Amino acid sequence: MMRVLSVLLFLVLAPLVGALLDGIDRIISARMQGRQGPPLLQPFYDLAKLFSKQMVAVNSVQMLLNLSYLFFLAVAGAMLFAGADILMCLFILSTADMFLVMAASSDSSPFATLGAGREMIQMMAYEPLTLLMAVGFYLATGSFHVGDIIQMPHSAVLAMPGFLVGFFFITAIKLRKSPFDLSTSHHAHQEMVKGITTEMSGPTLGIMTVAEYYEMILMLGIVALFFLDAHWWSWIIAIVACLVIFFLEILWDNVSARVKWEQMLGSCWGVTLLTGGLNALILMLIR
Amino acid sequence: MAKLAKSPWLLHYDASSCNGCDIEVLDCTTPRFDIERFGIINTGDPFQADILLITGGVNAQCESVVKQIYSQMPDPKVVVAVGICACTGGVFKDCYNIKGGVDTVIPVDVYVPGCAARPQSIIDGVVKALEILQQKRDAFARSQKSDKS
Ligand code: SF4
Repeated sequence: MMRVLSVLLFLVLAPLVGALLDGIDRIISARMQGRQGPPLLQPFYDLAKLFSKQMVAVNSVQMLLNLSYLFFLAVAGAMLFAGADILMCLFILSTADMFLVMAASSDSSPFATLGAGREMIQMMAYEPLTLLMAVGFYLATGSFHVGDIIQMPHSAVLAMPGFLVGFFFITAIKLRKSPFDLSTSHHAHQEMVKGITTEMSGPTLGIMTVAEYYEMILMLGIVALFFLDAHWWSWIIAIVACLVIFFLEILWDNVSARVKWEQMLGSCWGVTLLTGGLNALILMLIR
Repeated sequence: MAKLAKSPWLLHYDASSCNGCDIEVLDCTTPRFDIERFGIINTGDPFQADILLITGGVNAQCESVVKQIYSQMPDPKVVVAVGICACTGGVFKDCYNIKGGVDTVIPVDVYVPGCAARPQSIIDGVVKALEILQQKRDAFARSQKSDKS
């Protein structure tokens, strides 16, 4: 019963909370740049507008592929919030991303195709850590099940701080934050128009945006997973930790410039190896 | 204000401006003027834009580009001609390669005069354009409804 409720809550609330966080993100970013910034509810206005625009379909499959992206992200998130297998959840997350890549390469725009290629490089950059992280959770808690992980006497982060650092790194890729916003950026003007979303307009872009909100909540959910344990107060710590990580991502976004893909791949794998790899090694030795 | 007027995304195109007006358009996004206050984003993508800002007159070379960008923007959309060159051709009016203002190629909704147009008047023009955008949106919603029935 609790599981059904938490999945339903996730499916309904994730886009709303995601949009709200996005609004906060945009205000904080603007303040960091010395501007006033848009109203808090701006993402909702944007979404309402996108869904009221004319539907310019560049081909017949893009909408379907975008809907699949949304669907699989929602499923991946629902699995996490249902307390199911974290490995399964991460696999579905990468499947979802594949649909976005296909949606972008289905149209004829060279910018979208380039964006799709870069998106795949991004997947290559973060995939090793996500898989290692699932192993890390298993080593730290003895289970792949989210339901078991949050019932441990101690938070998982005590045994796997390295993974949290690594996860912070790849969250920047996932949230499309600078320095890793290669495939498409939330900021105006980048070298390849809007990258992966170049040929998405109106409702199609709206669906992609909603999907990104699901993804954002899913990523923050995994951050929370690091901190949750059997004590009730761990939930407060987890929420605070999520907000802190979210703020740090915004800060990083605003102080760094976009890197080239070689640097992204190199630094991501380096960080993965250093944090995740070492952490996993230590966990294996002390077990 | 309703949906569209709260979230207008701009596309800025430099037809054949001397770059004076372009700098002023970019000025609008700086902390001093900050057009994001109105939810305005300067996107580079015609597929996602609602307002087309054009600076400079249209010449033989960029005519087809202007037409293409305009046709790529999904309805409802408005066009703002920024600077006297974009309005009428300005000082370049009699040049052999200049066709004239932007309205010789595509329909223009708001004219922002000035050489160069000041950021304040550009923002003023964009806010004017929002009203027109809203009217167009209502008309568009009506036409969609009648399409369905
Ligand atoms: S109006 Fe003046 S500043 Fe603007 S493009 Fe024309 S000549 Fe340049």
